Amino acid sequence: MERTFRVYRFDPSKDAEPHYDTWTIEVDESWTVLDGLSAIKWHHDGTLGFRRSCRHGICGSCAVMVNGKNDLACEKPLSSVKGVITVEPLKEFPVIRDLMVDQEDFFEKLRLIKPWLINHKSPPTDKERLQSPKDRKVLDGTWECILCGACTSSCPAFWDNEGFLGPAALLKAWRYVGDSRDEGLDERLGILDSKIGVWRCHTIFNCVEACPKSLNPTNGIVELRKRLLKEKL
Amino acid sequence: MKLDVTYHKHDVLVVGAGIAGLYSALKTSAEFDTAVLSKVYPTRSHSGAAQGGCGASLGNMTEDHWQWHMYDTVRGSDFLGDQDAQELLVRDAVPVMYEMEHMGVPFDRTDEGKIAQRPFGGHFGNFGKTPMKRSCYAADRTGHVQLHTLYEQCVKNEVRFYNEFYALTLIMKNGVCLGVVAWDMTKGGLHIFHAKTVHLATGGYARCWKITSNAMANTGDGLSLVMRQNLPLEDMEFVQFHPTGVWKHGMLVSEAARGEGGYLINDQGERFMENYAKEKMELAPRDVVSRAAQTEINEGRGINGEDRIYIDLRHLGKEAILAKLPQVREMALKFQGRDMITDPISIQPTAHYSMGGIPVNLDTQVLADENNAAVPGLYASGECACLSVHGANRLGTNSTLECAVFGRIAGLKMLDFLRKDPYVEDLPEDAADAAREEIEHLLSTAGSQGGVRAITLRDKLQATMTENVAVYRTEEKLKEQVAICQELRAEYKKLAIDDGGVYANTDLIEAIELGHMLDFSYVIARCALERTECRGAHWRTDHPGRDDENWLKHTLAWLEGDDIRLAYKPVTITRFQPEERKY
Repeated sequence: MERTFRVYRFDPSKDAEPHYDTWTIEVDESWTVLDGLSAIKWHHDGTLGFRRSCRHGICGSCAVMVNGKNDLACEKPLSSVKGVITVEPLKEFPVIRDLMVDQEDFFEKLRLIKPWLINHKSPPTDKERLQSPKDRKVLDGTWECILCGACTSSCPAFWDNEGFLGPAALLKAWRYVGDSRDEGLDERLGILDSKIGVWRCHTIFNCVEACPKSLNPTNGIVELRKRLLKEKL
Repeated sequence: MKLDVTYHKHDVLVVGAGIAGLYSALKTSAEFDTAVLSKVYPTRSHSGAAQGGCGASLGNMTEDHWQWHMYDTVRGSDFLGDQDAQELLVRDAVPVMYEMEHMGVPFDRTDEGKIAQRPFGGHFGNFGKTPMKRSCYAADRTGHVQLHTLYEQCVKNEVRFYNEFYALTLIMKNGVCLGVVAWDMTKGGLHIFHAKTVHLATGGYARCWKITSNAMANTGDGLSLVMRQNLPLEDMEFVQFHPTGVWKHGMLVSEAARGEGGYLINDQGERFMENYAKEKMELAPRDVVSRAAQTEINEGRGINGEDRIYIDLRHLGKEAILAKLPQVREMALKFQGRDMITDPISIQPTAHYSMGGIPVNLDTQVLADENNAAVPGLYASGECACLSVHGANRLGTNSTLECAVFGRIAGLKMLDFLRKDPYVEDLPEDAADAAREEIEHLLSTAGSQGGVRAITLRDKLQATMTENVAVYRTEEKLKEQVAICQELRAEYKKLAIDDGGVYANTDLIEAIELGHMLDFSYVIARCALERTECRGAHWRTDHPGRDDENWLKHTLAWLEGDDIRLAYKPVTITRFQPEERKY
């Protein structure tokens, strides 16, 4: 079976403008978009730049736009894409080359929300802290995030204001604030309540649609808002 | 072309940002200037793919003792593991799991609020006799959340990260390691990292097989860095095939699926493990189950006579599958279009874990020879290292555990060393020369006529390793593979890449990785050819039975130009004498 790929190309060290290259290649029915990109790179054009590693949607390297929707290339079966397969880099991130985007700022936003457990009591020396299954369940849907960037790239509030922390960093903030073992809301209040924090979200739910892991960052943002309001009252 | 060289100096340089590398960085960064260099963003490291959990005798759900965990690990290793290292692993497992919980890892919980534990292959109570729940888990994404938590702790400690930097060579002077030369994978350019200690935590190397669970980044770079300094590798013939790889793709259906009660089924609908491990059934160790699965396939009892069997979870019920195995279910849906709640899933054995690697002592110092002389300044831990805690076969849940326990020890031992304020020599004048030569040569091949494409060599390597160095091995096939590796290494000299630029050149990186894979694959095939016995994951059908008289010893291999030199060293036995291994 043959399929046609149309791929965004841009090498800022040489090109003034981006362009698209098109390849029609023989594919196997079991292939994903990543398999197609790899075949193009290995057999036709080694200069094609994209990131990949685990091949099953856990490392978060290969988030791209496939026919206009954010997805992980490694988990997107070719059979689920109709017609020409157009592959582009995540929107609104600076392009390093072709499908590779600069994620330094994305990770810096993560750092700003203090993504670590803040607890002022020493833990027991030779035991775990206790946490009820019910308290632990609150965290489901947060800690599974693979930091691929698909949500933040799809977020209109981020397009308007690139200072916005974005859904991924805020979901991470909720992962810690919502943890029964964490006492760090005070320390995170300043940044979460700031003009780049939770109020910037317009609850448009693009992030929910974009998340390849079916997580709900908007829900995390709403939960943070509730906590902030409670804190302020 | 003149390549830029940038100079950096740190107390500690960690190469690799998986669980082992990050755990060590977390420890050293408390007192010393610590840098982590990684060819992927840290959260992309392959530790994140570990699913089922970490073994530790917490005894939260069933009575447990470290001695029982040790016995299982020793027996699982087919008595090739060094028992002093194995004892350290299982004793430290307990405080390390608590420490990870204190960091914030969101383990699943028991009703009392303790860390929940699940059964896993090869883990039992009362010295191999009773069922055991030992694996501490967070659904089936345990490695993922341990990796992220450690990364976040390192961010808190202000560890300096060099993301998407690729280590090319070690800098050695008078037998002492003084740093690493690396390539900036996005901007281009050589970087010299001068450090008081270097910790290699570069992960596994099963990418040289066609069907593999390993990430595309798992090209064993750390091993080549060491080998090219005329240092040996240990026990390279021992590579574990995991029985439940997703058919045609190779990534894992977690062993947690069997731990939670999954059945393995052949074309006749039989739970065939009954014929191989009547007592422990699907919970026998991986080498045993992989051989069983491969035998079913070889004897025509694969599904529709094809190279696959089924794993069947339907009897566990929807609720248990959704709560405990959500990632595995999602993977089956995406890669086979089948839902584990209603359908069995096609699987096949897949190259998974490398028991061998860079020889190290209990302090994780790299060893230079069969007399265990340590290389000053150089440490290694995790899958790239060989202590040996896994011997001839690793038990499930002992890999991320090894990374955590010995990554942590590496950090603590580097701290001890640095606190003595060691004198560090100046770098040799030619520190960057070998790295520069490699890069310049490969870039100069771009666009040249008549060169060999990397894919031609890599496809052949992976296909032949899968054919010749597999679950079952013979002298004939291994000899053939040694010859193929020699041929491919010669062909590699004619390699030509497409991209001659320095900027974000992934074509260049793949070519360097291929060079690494060719080197250690050659060593794997040769070590496997020499070892004429069956032990753990190394199964020679032409030499049935374990041969303790001749082969209760570790292999050391040096790559010397086109030749391989071999030596052997004894196994450390403390508590458990070798016995027949039956499940």
